[in-house]
Order: sequence, then structure tokens, then C-alpha cells
Amino acid sequence: MKIGEQTLVFEKKPKILNTASIVGPKESEGPLSIFFDHKIEDELFGEESFEKAESKFTQAAIDALLTKAPLDKYMVDCIFAGDLLNQCIATGYAIRDSNIPLFGLYGACSTFVEALILASSFVNAGYYKRCIATASSHFGSAERQFRLPLQQGSQRTPTQQWTVTGAGAALVTHNNDRYKSPVVTHATVGKIVDMGIKDVANMGAAMAPAAFDTILTHLEDTKRKADYYDLIITGDLGKMGSEILIELLQAKGINISTNHNDCGMLIYDLVSQDMHAGGSGCACCATVFSGYVYDLLKSKKIKNVLLVATGALMSPVSLGQGESIPSIAHAVAIETEV
Amino acid sequence: MSYTKLNMTNEEYSEYVKEKEKTSPIVKDCLIAFLVGGLICIIGQLIFDIFEKQYGFSFKNASTYTTISLIFIGALLTALRVYSKIGDKAGAGSIIPITGFSNSIVSSAIEHKTEGVVMGIGANMFKVAGPVLVYGVCSSMIIGFIYWLIKLF
Repeated sequence: MKIGEQTLVFEKKPKILNTASIVGPKESEGPLSIFFDHKIEDELFGEESFEKAESKFTQAAIDALLTKAPLDKYMVDCIFAGDLLNQCIATGYAIRDSNIPLFGLYGACSTFVEALILASSFVNAGYYKRCIATASSHFGSAERQFRLPLQQGSQRTPTQQWTVTGAGAALVTHNNDRYKSPVVTHATVGKIVDMGIKDVANMGAAMAPAAFDTILTHLEDTKRKADYYDLIITGDLGKMGSEILIELLQAKGINISTNHNDCGMLIYDLVSQDMHAGGSGCACCATVFSGYVYDLLKSKKIKNVLLVATGALMSPVSLGQGESIPSIAHAVAIETEV
Repeated sequence: MSYTKLNMTNEEYSEYVKEKEKTSPIVKDCLIAFLVGGLICIIGQLIFDIFEKQYGFSFKNASTYTTISLIFIGALLTALRVYSKIGDKAGAGSIIPITGFSNSIVSSAIEHKTEGVVMGIGANMFKVAGPVLVYGVCSSMIIGFIYWLIKLF
């Protein structure tokens, strides 16, 4: 059911039965290392190219999820998945041999939450019983598509972010399983917000207004206060974007400075790993949620979370033609079951 | 302009971001670029001196061999994944010398190796260096033409 302007209420409360995460070398050295299921030391993951490696990351995340659940592959009704690459090739090739129906999604770095919202909607409506929501990104393949060759000796600016290598997956099921698990209660689907920022080395600033818009709309639609949530976690705004988001909301009288955090700032140690403004990419939000946030919910350290993933929907072509960066943010509210 | 609950125009927001933005430390960056760029040139001069004084090459030949040597060193360091690390700290200091030119070509070639020898390496090798070549050649043509005109009178 839709309430207010953009928010969906899931009356049947679909469950996130389990999650799985797999990350690359840089993320394994980061502060969240212990929360990830698999840590791969080789950024090529034994493959010939970064694109193939990214596919393998997605595949491994799904396999890990099915092992953890535990669930047989044929019991999964559908996969909602996406990545950053043109034509979502990482996803397409990863699902190729799985024999499971697929909705391929593109929402840039917001893809994981987009997948989670769609999976929850299908399960809530009763069309599917068990769905997987997953997203991946890879530093090597993203740099090649959006920036310069990896070995090119150029300097990174202080506001630049680092694409996370890895994949996260969540199993969304209908709510009559016996196991107690966190449930999805609300989702706020974002609109495109473009404040005219053209600097790709400062995605945080481009995406912060989208996160602001979605969070504000979510709170208005649900008539909740910001302190209702134990944690409001954004996908990959990074240091700069997070500061902007907090200030923009402050101007509207909403204080999230105590319960806000950002996946991109959590996944790396910004200073010792020289990560400038933090992590980004589909896998940033996907792995931090699947690893860290889900663990917090499961162990009842927090009772609810608003996960807001932001995406910058530009391409090198649109930027070359002088366009600014259109951004989007999707939010999903997840609670522990009492 | 997209609709949003933010009561700001695009210009106001740009101003606001510009104020908040942490800019690159220009003085520090310039200093490192100057030192590293200078160091590369000193190495070049050393190679030149060795060719000219030790092996007795003519000035013209020695400078050609120096260029070739520097290009080789740039390519080798790129392949060994060292050049990008130097570049991250040195910035323009390692981009402007000829070693940086070599780095841009070799890095593109490595990057696109996966799509094959012709459409991968062949078609993409000059992706970064191409614009430099095109406008380098064009500007030298224009300057040459001006030089020729001046010479006429």
C-alpha cells in the first residue's frame, strides 16, 4: 500500500532471512573485515579480467547465501540484481548458469536497495515466496568504464571516492517461516534530483540532495521523527556528502547527526588506507548492509534501520556532452521482529 | 531543473558545495610535482651525459637515445605497477615528462588487453595519449606556419 507521496508499506512484513557478503583485498583490510563472509585476496579472483572477476563475486555471494540460508537453488523464485557496468554484464554472466529468473536492474550505487524494495514488493504481494536481492561492483571494472586506465599515473582529489570490490546478497522471504529475522516494513522510492553538479570527483555533493529528499519524504510519509531510527545509514555519500546531508536536514529542523552513518565511510579506514572521501559503488551499500548492518539487527544491537542508497545516474558520454549528474536515493526501513 | 524539497537553486547549491569542498593542497602538490619532475629531468640529463661523454655519441644521437631510454623506463615502471603509485603523489610532476606519455600509452594497452590484440590493445592504446598527439601536432603546424610567415618578411 502506498502512503503519502512516495512510500510503500509492506503489511505482510517480508523477512530478510539471511544475507551474504564477499569482498576484495582493500575491503578485507578495512575496519569491517570481520563481518564479511568471504574475503578474496586476489582482485582478479582467478579470472582473466576485472569484469569476469566481478561476475564471480556476484556468483559467490549468491552461493554463499544459499549455503548460509540454507536453501536449494530451485527454491528461489527470482533474483533482483544489478551492477555498474554497461548492460549489467557482471550480473548477466553471474546468473547465466543458475537457472533462476532474473530482473536485471540499474540504479548505479542505489541498485542494492532498489533490488531489496522490488524483492520485498513481490514477496509482499504474494507473487513470489523467496527472492534474492543482490548487487556488485569492482574497482577495476568501474575505473575502466568511468575513469582512466588503472595504471595511469594520475592524482586523486580529496573528494574522490574509491569503488568497493565485492558483492552482497539478501534473501527476502514470505513471513511464515519459523525463524526470527529482520523484516522489511517500509520503502520510499526516490525521484531524480539534479542540483547541477558536474564534478565526477565529487559524487557525494551530487548525491546528497537526493538522499535529503528521500529521507525527508520518508519521514513525512510515515509521520516518523528522525530519532525513531536507531540507525540511518546512507550508501556511499562519503565524508563530504554526509556532511552536506546532515546540514541540509538540519536546515529543515531534522537532526540526524547522532544516528547517521555512511557505508562508504565505514568500509575503509579513510586515513590509514588513503581513501580520500570514502567508498562507493553498488557493493559498498550491499556488502556493508549484508555484513555489518544485518549483524547489528540480528544481534539486536539496534532494533531498526533506515537504509538509504544513493546512485549517480550519469555516464562518461553524458558528462562529455556537458550534462550534470542526475542522482537518486531509495530508502528501505528494516526492523527486528519482536 | 529537477523538482526537490530543497529550497535552493542550482547556483546556490553550487556555491554552498564550493565553500564546503576540501580542495587539493596546491602548494604541497606543486612542490612535490616540481621535485619529482625535476628528478626525472636530472635522470634524463645523466643518461644523456653517459651517452655523449662515455660513449661519444653526437649531440643529436645522444638526445634521441635519451628519449628512447626514458620512454622505456616509463613503460617498464607502468608494467611493474609502480608508475601509478608515483603519479598518485607526484601528479603533474610525473605526467608532463615523456615518461608520463609512455605511461598513458602502456596503461591503456594493459587495460584493454582483455579485448584482444586488434580491437583491444590496437584500438585503445592511444585513448589517453591520442588527444595530446592530435593537438600537439596541430599546434606545431600552426606555429610552423607562423614561423614561415615571419621568415618571408
